[in-house]
Amino acid sequence: MAKMKFLCDSERCIECNGCVTACKNANETEWGIQRRRVVTIEDGKPNETSISVACMHCTDAPCMAVCPTDCFYQTEDGIVLHDKDLCIGCGYCLFACPFGAPQFPKQGAFGERGKMDKCTFCAGGPEPDPIKQKEKYGANRIAEGKLPLCAEMCSTKALLAGDAQKVSDIFRERVVYRGHKNGAWAATTPLQMSPEEMALKAQALASDASNIIAKA
Amino acid sequence: MKLTKKSNTSSGQQQGLGLSRRAFLKNTGVTTGGLAAAGFMGQTMIRKAEAQTAVSPNAPKEVKRTICSHCSVGCGVYAEVQNGVWTHQEPAFDHPFNRGAHCAKGAALREHGHGERRLKYPMKLVNGKWQKVSWDQAINEVGDKIQQIRSESGPDSVYWLGSAKHNNEQAYLFRKFAALWGTNNVDHQARICHSTTVAGVANTWGYGAMTNSFNDMQNCKSIILIGSNPAEAHPVSMQHILLAKERNKAKIIVVDPRFTRTAAKANEYVRIRPGTDVAYVWGLLWHIFQNGWEDQEFIRQRVYGMEEVREEVARWTPAEVENVTGVGEAQMYKVAKMLAESRPGSIVWCMGGTQHTTGNNNTRAYCILMLALGNMGKSGGGTNIFRGHDNVQGATDLGVLSHTLPGYYGLADGSWKHWCRVWGLDFEWVQNRFDQNQYNGKKPINNNGIPVSRWVDGVLENKANIEQKDNIRAMVYWGHAVNSQTRGVEMKKAMEKLDLMVIVDPYPTHAAVMHDRKDGVYLLPACTQFETYGSVTASNRSMQWRDQVIEPLFESKTDHEIMYLMSKKLGFSEQLFKNIKVNGSIPLIEDITREFNRGMWTIGYTGHSPERLKEHQQNWHTFSFQTLQAEGGSAHGEYYGLPWPCWGTPEMKHPGTPILYDTSKPVAEGGLNFRTRFGVERNGVSLLSEDSYPVNAEIKGGHPEFTDKLIKQLGWWGDLTPEEQAAAEGKNWKTDLSGGIQRVAIKHGCAPFGNAKARAVVWTFPDQVPKHREPLYTNRRDLLKDYATWKDAASIYRLPTMYESIQKNDVSQEYPIILTSGRLVEYEGGGEETRSNPWLAELQQEMFAEINPFDANNLNVRDGADIWVEGAEGGRIKVKAMVTHRVGRGVVFIPFHFGGKFQGKDLTSKYPQGSAPYVVGEAANTATTYGYDPVTLMQETKVTLCKVTPA
Repeated sequence: MAKMKFLCDSERCIECNGCVTACKNANETEWGIQRRRVVTIEDGKPNETSISVACMHCTDAPCMAVCPTDCFYQTEDGIVLHDKDLCIGCGYCLFACPFGAPQFPKQGAFGERGKMDKCTFCAGGPEPDPIKQKEKYGANRIAEGKLPLCAEMCSTKALLAGDAQKVSDIFRERVVYRGHKNGAWAATTPLQMSPEEMALKAQALASDASNIIAKA
Repeated sequence: MKLTKKSNTSSGQQQGLGLSRRAFLKNTGVTTGGLAAAGFMGQTMIRKAEAQTAVSPNAPKEVKRTICSHCSVGCGVYAEVQNGVWTHQEPAFDHPFNRGAHCAKGAALREHGHGERRLKYPMKLVNGKWQKVSWDQAINEVGDKIQQIRSESGPDSVYWLGSAKHNNEQAYLFRKFAALWGTNNVDHQARICHSTTVAGVANTWGYGAMTNSFNDMQNCKSIILIGSNPAEAHPVSMQHILLAKERNKAKIIVVDPRFTRTAAKANEYVRIRPGTDVAYVWGLLWHIFQNGWEDQEFIRQRVYGMEEVREEVARWTPAEVENVTGVGEAQMYKVAKMLAESRPGSIVWCMGGTQHTTGNNNTRAYCILMLALGNMGKSGGGTNIFRGHDNVQGATDLGVLSHTLPGYYGLADGSWKHWCRVWGLDFEWVQNRFDQNQYNGKKPINNNGIPVSRWVDGVLENKANIEQKDNIRAMVYWGHAVNSQTRGVEMKKAMEKLDLMVIVDPYPTHAAVMHDRKDGVYLLPACTQFETYGSVTASNRSMQWRDQVIEPLFESKTDHEIMYLMSKKLGFSEQLFKNIKVNGSIPLIEDITREFNRGMWTIGYTGHSPERLKEHQQNWHTFSFQTLQAEGGSAHGEYYGLPWPCWGTPEMKHPGTPILYDTSKPVAEGGLNFRTRFGVERNGVSLLSEDSYPVNAEIKGGHPEFTDKLIKQLGWWGDLTPEEQAAAEGKNWKTDLSGGIQRVAIKHGCAPFGNAKARAVVWTFPDQVPKHREPLYTNRRDLLKDYATWKDAASIYRLPTMYESIQKNDVSQEYPIILTSGRLVEYEGGGEETRSNPWLAELQQEMFAEINPFDANNLNVRDGADIWVEGAEGGRIKVKAMVTHRVGRGVVFIPFHFGGKFQGKDLTSKYPQGSAPYVVGEAANTATTYGYDPVTLMQETKVTLCKVTPA
């Protein structure tokens, strides 16, 4: 069974926000709800680095652990979903989440009781009727054998999604080309390596890469 | 990663975001709440209403292949349509340019199917109120008024402002429309985009287009980007650039006054003072020549005039370069060495290089740098000039320009005769459509029209000073964002002086609201490119075919249908559509393609039949992501989209030219050399290439362009068929409608346009060798003794144009800060379309100005506070301050996509009901100033002076 994960390669992320609008396109979330965002640190400075962040679909998800109504569940693919009928919008999951993924609608215009909303890995939610499911949770691309639209449309292929093994295969190939430095995290001064250093690094790469992947 | 920690230390942020301009603006822009909420309410209500009639997921699905309309990268898109509704947008992983990838704009494309804020029906301004009218009434009233102006003031008093958002067929038809109306007062955004590139580059080696492709940049060993920020303006191109960086260890060098998002991905960032590009490039060449890093053999074979460049470069010692550009010797040397050691390398430039009074000098200097390094005509090299709008390359090629007919044929009688033959029209008849008087000894039919950058002056200038009968009295803005043009305050005056304004656009645009007119304005709703079909030319010269995705929304009509209705009303539809079938009122797109195929010999738009283009469209997956060449499949061996020149007739099956001037391939397989365009000798020195020719060429060296006489001289006349001989007699490779001359030249391995050297000296331009000249508004008064601008000109493109008389006034005490402008990734051009897309608008809700902390603190400006930015001619905009090191000291940056506010006043209420964009803001160009390139009248948007005060 697949274990679905995201990986954002910040060496590649250019903060174009394609992932953010792709999410809007797939899920049509309301104004003010962005399930995915691009975070930039050191904006406008030499170390400027961006990374796209949404729910990471943790294997041992803190949101699940703390939810007072136990509205979260995990699919067989490791995707963390929640039941909006059970959610009371308390925001405790936001406390627990290391990534700030849970979102809360700002305008209660249509009687929603501020239900929490977050990235579903484009896997919809617990609602059998497809039209209602789409309205309430957004797209269910996983059911159609497709991956989240954010990653599929990423302008530079920085954002990867899919089975963790596949994601690490793709990432490993990049590491072989460019060296691992800080893995997918680019926020250091670019390292200039001589061919000799490259050769030495290359030997270490294979084992290093698999360590990183094992941790991912 | 410290996400939460960051948010705790920043002011009042709740979402765990780091500090970025977007988060910052969203959270501090309390005043935007009202607008955002208004947008939100409207939008959600509608979404609810739509949901009730939601398409069942089981409805049959049609998959359309289209191309993103937001920039010239040309990303492929799969649009899924159910019951006529655009229900899904899927990534085109098999598309050779983007492999499914999109930026924010491309990923939000499907919102075009909602189009909630579109202009929904024709409207007319009556007593200051918008009134709905029928198409019939609108066309009749507009047509009558235009005819009246024609009879009083001549055809030149009506200005036809076309668009880079037309597809190729519409662009061609638009130029033809203006020609048959009888004016050269027709132009489009290319004028204010890359006109200085087209002029500078074409005058260096033949064609003024991107030489290689985005894909080919994967092969670069170095990429120097100057005045270009692809991470925001062409994000998908970064996929190729980052591949070069990762796989090829390419050195990425970004030269820009701003530390851009592209700079964040570079190996080397160079901050230059705005407007010093020539000085910077000469500074690099100083080190290159000093160290003997130039490619001497390449220069010997293929470059004319490099010695004169050397003389100019010798003046640019490291000390002088530092004095002018602000870049020190060590970094100059480092970058020059990087370029020398990392070949082949490519240069990329965009508006940061072109939109200057010295634009033509800048573009030529960039070319000369690549010539000196021997980087031209090879994979991984080239001048990769990224164009802007999705079809600005096509609209330029098809001549929606005031100085040429389609295909860069110019405006001479011979050019008109060529096109009249293609159109099947009598030259005399066409000629008689024009004003028959002469002005300054020039006939309007042969004289450049007023360019879009100067229509304001065409309205306001004393008519005695203009080379036409009367001022411009009617403006037809057909897909144009007026807020992308400089001098907004004067533009408002011009709008109020006009007799008639007609805006043909999917959206009302800033032009509908910025003036205080009470009547004489018509809004005609046009379709987007997703409501029609046809071809579009990407920046790399590939032509792509788009399917129609949805039916026209609301009462909108396609551009070509509106042109038909208008021409019928004005009485020349029969001539306009002589060779083009019209179904009801809708001209057949394929017939238009075929018509321009028959005339566009100069740049090889002749091999692109609709059938070939559709074949490529259906076979995206067969073309290589690295080379663009198809391996197997029905287009085997051809390059994707048949990048022009695609020589000869479609039957000749030329594969397209993926890299210009690449002698490593035969011409028949996409090889080429520099063009013989400037004669064969100058001052007794040959301009033809020496010992350099495409593989298999039978003429081993330079030669003139092909004519019937040359073919006969070479003894190749017998290779022409009798029919071709009849057509080719007395003609040349540009005017032989049979294509025989081109076919036979290529059969013998030769380029139809000759084989010459590139020229580093353009003896027909104001500065033969590019020179640094200070901007018209400069605060470096000490440099004027050496680098002053030109003398004022009595007439360029029909209009007096000022240089010296502006520069000599010192306003730098009152306006001490340099003002520059640029793009944001979420928005395109004037932004009306993208600010009306809620998925995008949500991400960027506030117009702002970037200012360095040093200046901000000196001026008592706080981050997030309202400030006034006042340009040196007095135009003022009220915007949010974004205090950041992204800009250097003494420089303020403003993005130009906003509109709907004017000098502090919100104009939202002036839009027709329900069609105001979700986000409005001050137009940057309200604060910009006078200044035009002397060759093309490109506007200056990248350097002026301003002052900043807290609001």
